[in-house]
Amino acid sequence: MSDYSASSDHVPAGAMQEISNHPRSLLAMGDLDVHRLGEILTLTQEFRSVLRRPIPKVPALRGKTIANCFFEDSTRTRCSFELAAKRLSADVITLTEKGSSLSKSESLRDTVRTLECMGVDGFVVRHHASGVPARIAAWVDHPVINGGDGAHEHPTQALVDLATLIEKWGSLAGARVLIVGDVAHSRVARSNVTAFTLAGASVSVCAPPTLLPPGIEGWPVTVSEDLDAEIPEADVVYLLRMQQERIVDDPVVPSLCEYARGFGFTEERARSLHSEAVVMHPGPMNRGVEIAASVADLPISLVEKQVSNGVAVRMAVLYLFFAGIP
Amino acid sequence: MFTKGHSLGCCFWPGALVARCPRLSRQRTGTVLRIAPRSVCLDARKGGSVKAQGEAAACVLDSDDMRRAVSRIAHEVVDRNRGAEGLVLVGIHTRGVPLSARIAEEIAKIEGVRPSQGSVDTAFYRDDVGLPPRVPTGPTSVPVPLSGAHVILVDDVLFTGRSVRAALTAVWDFGRPLSVQLAVLVDRGHRELPIQADYVGRDLATERNETVKVRVTEIDGFDRVDVLSPHRGVLFE
Repeated sequence: MSDYSASSDHVPAGAMQEISNHPRSLLAMGDLDVHRLGEILTLTQEFRSVLRRPIPKVPALRGKTIANCFFEDSTRTRCSFELAAKRLSADVITLTEKGSSLSKSESLRDTVRTLECMGVDGFVVRHHASGVPARIAAWVDHPVINGGDGAHEHPTQALVDLATLIEKWGSLAGARVLIVGDVAHSRVARSNVTAFTLAGASVSVCAPPTLLPPGIEGWPVTVSEDLDAEIPEADVVYLLRMQQERIVDDPVVPSLCEYARGFGFTEERARSLHSEAVVMHPGPMNRGVEIAASVADLPISLVEKQVSNGVAVRMAVLYLFFAGIP
Repeated sequence: MFTKGHSLGCCFWPGALVARCPRLSRQRTGTVLRIAPRSVCLDARKGGSVKAQGEAAACVLDSDDMRRAVSRIAHEVVDRNRGAEGLVLVGIHTRGVPLSARIAEEIAKIEGVRPSQGSVDTAFYRDDVGLPPRVPTGPTSVPVPLSGAHVILVDDVLFTGRSVRAALTAVWDFGRPLSVQLAVLVDRGHRELPIQADYVGRDLATERNETVKVRVTEIDGFDRVDVLSPHRGVLFE
């Protein structure tokens, strides 16, 4: 275990802005302005076409070494960061909590300093506690990309979602995005609210009051508890995962069945969407809880599109943040 | 839906998206170089202008010169490759792309067959590790497999040879061409790599600290090649 064990619960969006404004690191969506965001989306488009080539690899990060520090389990984010780095010709070290000396109680600081001494040029960090990537960014001399920290932020997921929608529609200006579910525990919700707002969309949030974080009044969103009234208005229904592992000690809903009845995206609810609306989910999905098993596979679902955009978006982020390192 | 121009849409180059975004129309509102007669001319330069302390601009190719150069390159390409069969013209962004389109157009006039066209951006293939990353100015796309093709790389200016080296690496990701030839509008010397052009619009003797600026109608609104010298003045309007 690490020596750093900050509580991860209930961090309002933007609360860690001061720490996270590390100039060379991507710790929160707030680190990106519209210009940077535009660069990332342009690069994403270019890398998407690189990935379709007979040889889907470019030498842009040749000679760079990236440490993928995943102190919390992950499939999509870890694999897509690893693949993205390899597609850019970087060398990758993947570190997980179980397989490293962290399980022999080496401190987090010593762990990342050790990697840096070996000549790592940058870090991608995922941790179950909010703020860890920001702490690491303060300890090391190289850029840190936040791969998801506690209930704080998951900026590359938000970039993936933006890139997916912009690929589909060309622009998000004026779009209405409805975020449904466990906003309180969700880093994805925090990053996505910032990202969608920056892209010109209006965001509303729908969840039972127990799954809303304190301080949500300060977010640039409208809040509702009536999913059925919101769905016909939405262009994007963004479903959040019910984080069962985070809510065992703190039962915020009577039961998952009860939650699914009130806030699950069923086939019947999918029918009340307008014809061009889409459904998104950051994964991993709890089929039958927040999203009905069949809905996830309908053509309106962009879930697989999100996953396939993951590699190109992370290539764009790695290129922008790591290519300039001497 | 959501077709109103928004700054985020502006970073995309496919026609469909650009069309939605009027801000992307290629307007250059910057300064216009005005050329006046000048006393000191290098080789074939047609004239220059002076203003205070600054740079001097000498027009070395006007639009007619450029048209003739492109036409001659097209004839040489067809002559050397015995037709347009199996040719793929690949322009290097930014100004190599419209030039490659013009050469393709000329070849179509001569041979009746328009060769395939592609484009490469060298942003991901550069050798200047450690400099700030560059965002590509246009897509790298090659419409046909390059294995078995004769590739003509097209660029505006051949200088150190480094961007041609990068473009060669990019081309190799699309297959193994039978041959790669290089066509440039201007060869200004000062090579740092063993790279030579097969087709040259104009050889220019330049100083290393001078800048050769190629303007094409498709991007800049007019056709002209200028040499900008740091030690002479320039007249801006």
